[in-house]
Amino acid sequence: MAIFKLKVNRKEYQVDVDPSTPMLWVLRDHLNLVGTKFGCGMAQCGACTIHLDGVAVRSCITFVDSVGDKEITTIEGLSENGDHPLQQAWIEHDVPQCGYCQSGQIMNAAALLKVNPHPTDEEIESAMNGNICRCGTYTRIKAAIKTAANS
Amino acid sequence: MTIVKTELNRRSFIKSSLLTGGGLLIGFNWLAAACSTSASKGQSIPDEWFEINGYLKIGENGVVTIMSPNPEIGQNVKTSMPMIVAEELDVDWKNVLVEQAPLNTAIFNRQLAGGSDSIKQSWPGLRMAGASARKMLMDAAAKKWNVPVEEITTELGILYHKNSGKKAGYGEVASAAAQLPVPKEVELKDLKDFKIIGTSKKNVDGHKIVVGQPLFGLDYKKEGMLIAMIVHPPAFGMKLKSFDATDVKTKPGIKDVFQIKLFNDDYKPQWCDTTSFTELVAIVGNSTWEVMSAKAYLKVEWEPFADYKIAMAGWGGDQLVNVPSGLESTADHNAKMVAAAAKPGKIERRDGNPEEAFKKAAKVIERTYTAPFLAHTPMEPMNFFADVSADNAILVGPIQSPEYMEKTLSARLGLPLEKIDIQMTRMGGGFGRRLYGHFMVEAALISQKVKAPVKLIYTREDEITFGIYRPAYHALYRAALDSNNNLTAFHVKMGGVPENALHANRFPAGAVDNYLAESWAIESNITVGAMRAPGSNFNAVAEQSFLDELAEAMGKDPIQFRLDLLKRAKENPVGEKNDYDAARYAGVIELVRDKSGWEKDSAGKNRGVAAYFCHSSYVANVVDITGDKDNPVIQKVYTAIDCGVVVNPDAAINMTEGAIVDGIGQSMYGQLTFSKGQPDQDNFDSYRLIRHTEAPKEIEVHFVQNEIHPTGLGEPPYPPVMGALANALYKATGDRYRHQPFIKNSFES
Repeated sequence: MAIFKLKVNRKEYQVDVDPSTPMLWVLRDHLNLVGTKFGCGMAQCGACTIHLDGVAVRSCITFVDSVGDKEITTIEGLSENGDHPLQQAWIEHDVPQCGYCQSGQIMNAAALLKVNPHPTDEEIESAMNGNICRCGTYTRIKAAIKTAANS
Repeated sequence: MTIVKTELNRRSFIKSSLLTGGGLLIGFNWLAAACSTSASKGQSIPDEWFEINGYLKIGENGVVTIMSPNPEIGQNVKTSMPMIVAEELDVDWKNVLVEQAPLNTAIFNRQLAGGSDSIKQSWPGLRMAGASARKMLMDAAAKKWNVPVEEITTELGILYHKNSGKKAGYGEVASAAAQLPVPKEVELKDLKDFKIIGTSKKNVDGHKIVVGQPLFGLDYKKEGMLIAMIVHPPAFGMKLKSFDATDVKTKPGIKDVFQIKLFNDDYKPQWCDTTSFTELVAIVGNSTWEVMSAKAYLKVEWEPFADYKIAMAGWGGDQLVNVPSGLESTADHNAKMVAAAAKPGKIERRDGNPEEAFKKAAKVIERTYTAPFLAHTPMEPMNFFADVSADNAILVGPIQSPEYMEKTLSARLGLPLEKIDIQMTRMGGGFGRRLYGHFMVEAALISQKVKAPVKLIYTREDEITFGIYRPAYHALYRAALDSNNNLTAFHVKMGGVPENALHANRFPAGAVDNYLAESWAIESNITVGAMRAPGSNFNAVAEQSFLDELAEAMGKDPIQFRLDLLKRAKENPVGEKNDYDAARYAGVIELVRDKSGWEKDSAGKNRGVAAYFCHSSYVANVVDITGDKDNPVIQKVYTAIDCGVVVNPDAAINMTEGAIVDGIGQSMYGQLTFSKGQPDQDNFDSYRLIRHTEAPKEIEVHFVQNEIHPTGLGEPPYPPVMGALANALYKATGDRYRHQPFIKNSFES
């Protein structure tokens, strides 16, 4: 066990965990931020996507001792009031079915729009390819990203 | 308007009051605190609630809480079921809060997510709940104003008496209404007067989902809760022999390691119990990562089990199931299926004289279609919370079959049903997997042993390798043509491991004079269960591909060929047991033909068509593809659906789009294979699911407009698209795709 100081959603936290603990479980079990989801544990599904200094990473393979002083953003901290253009577009298009993968989809899309504010269809599909939606909401996710990009 | 006798009785009302405590109800449990809203975020919460019946309560300010009785698995019932109550209550949807009901069989009927039946079977009860509450509010207003109740009208949550000009909000009379007797008869609205049903309403949990608030079983927490995981045999045909937990127990955060046994020795499993792995090792600790890491240090010895028989209580009555010993492999299954298909099967239906017709045929067309085992892989891995003490049990989590699993749990824990409280969280998918709630029993047994609240969590590998798969299927189709290329006989022989998928009385039964349907099955120790559109999810691909091949051999347009058969089935049906409506079947085919421009706009397009009936609804698809054999691109899918009245249209379109993506994904990529009893795939690196780049570029959904009460929708749009895709792939590549997955398959390799 070791003490780690973390900056999550613009707040400082301190956790005492094994250095090999993935951020996914630090967030969910220790910081009570459960919006980041467990899907596969091996960076294959994207349900656990968070931002490290604005870059999308899979928190299930991002170990707590590798974070350092990088800023972590989770779905809970993507916007102050749940009004990020992507969150609004997700509601407008009523994207979710079961909803479980959607926080990871939104976090991945947010990182995409940061580097590419007006992606083409092909760029969206390829950037989002690591995020599985078992319910099959892919066409709506694409439409919502386009709406957010145009807002 | 329709007058109906109410089935809600005072007992259920009183019982519901007891359950919820009556009076002030805000935040009485975690799920109630997770109350979701269709209203704007600033909706003021009432100071006082008045419970009108088990389905709804009204606040003094007119805000209404409607209980959503059924498990929400992504099929939108948490929004659409309350919409039906709100419609008959005649309230403004803006003033409705939605709350997930706990399991309560005294109030609610069939709290099950399965069979595409939630809306269909609850339609009368939900309407009655809303209508009887409206009547009680009208009675209360009539009494207050001293006027005949017949002169009272309602609109958007307001009661009016036109002659005197009096009006009152529902909240003003809710207290008085709650004291009145339940009406013996109530009026239901005419369908044409619907204001909420048939208009698109946003998912009531939408906001919580996009901001990451706790909603799912995996998100549930309680102070002092421990985390548990299980270790199960690595292969089917194996059982636990012994284990050594010495190393595990030295790992940080680990509290206990022990064996659990799912059933008592004299227990007769019911349909939603599984016999996959009934003896497991449980590891309990403080946090998920500690338990997950420690799992690797468990030393276990497994041993093969001998043949055994198990008495199962199922839908079709009790049966004795043979479970053979052995470590099975996909290669063995395939060889056995080929051998079985060469022998006569069990005759399930026979019309005319098919043997004679085949003898006389000018041409016989014979094709074989296969599909592999599939795993459900819902995105949220199996999990459940349990807090079990000597005299009660609290269970919280994602479960499709709470009513049935409560019985299993009651038998295992020796607790009466009323001492078991099951609360349903939103589910991160299920597709049938969460009908089999062994994980709930496991969580309860672990909590009982460690005497603490526990959350059991499966890894993705645990989930994929635990069993309860879609069976592996095999179908042999034959058709006899006369010298004029007319279809004279149709023969299907269908089998599988360990079940077949035959629906002997479905189309094209009833449309062909000489018809034969046979079945067979191969025993296996690999456990299977319902997966989205059971049976149909193979039949539709095989049958609709064969009809396409047949139409081509006969020189007919594939749509016209189907319509001709359905015309025969409608006007002069063969046999009496045909369990489909030929007119509605033809209706969706005509609709998809017209919407896709099949007759005018097919030139130069690689398009395939298919249609199918299951779960009481009719669906037809046209799929357009481009690209080559290795990289087909699904350009557009046209869908026509007849599922009666559509409650929440945009959500219905969403679910249909999802079913289409799912169908394309499973038929293109899905397969679970076995070597020596062990699944060869155990996570998303090896078990392939469809991804963004592979989804259709465009999906168009059209509903047949009619006044038939709602029928199924979660499953019906899933099977036929696979057949339409197979037929489109043929157009694009010149090759027939008869073996799933289309991209590569274990059957031919």
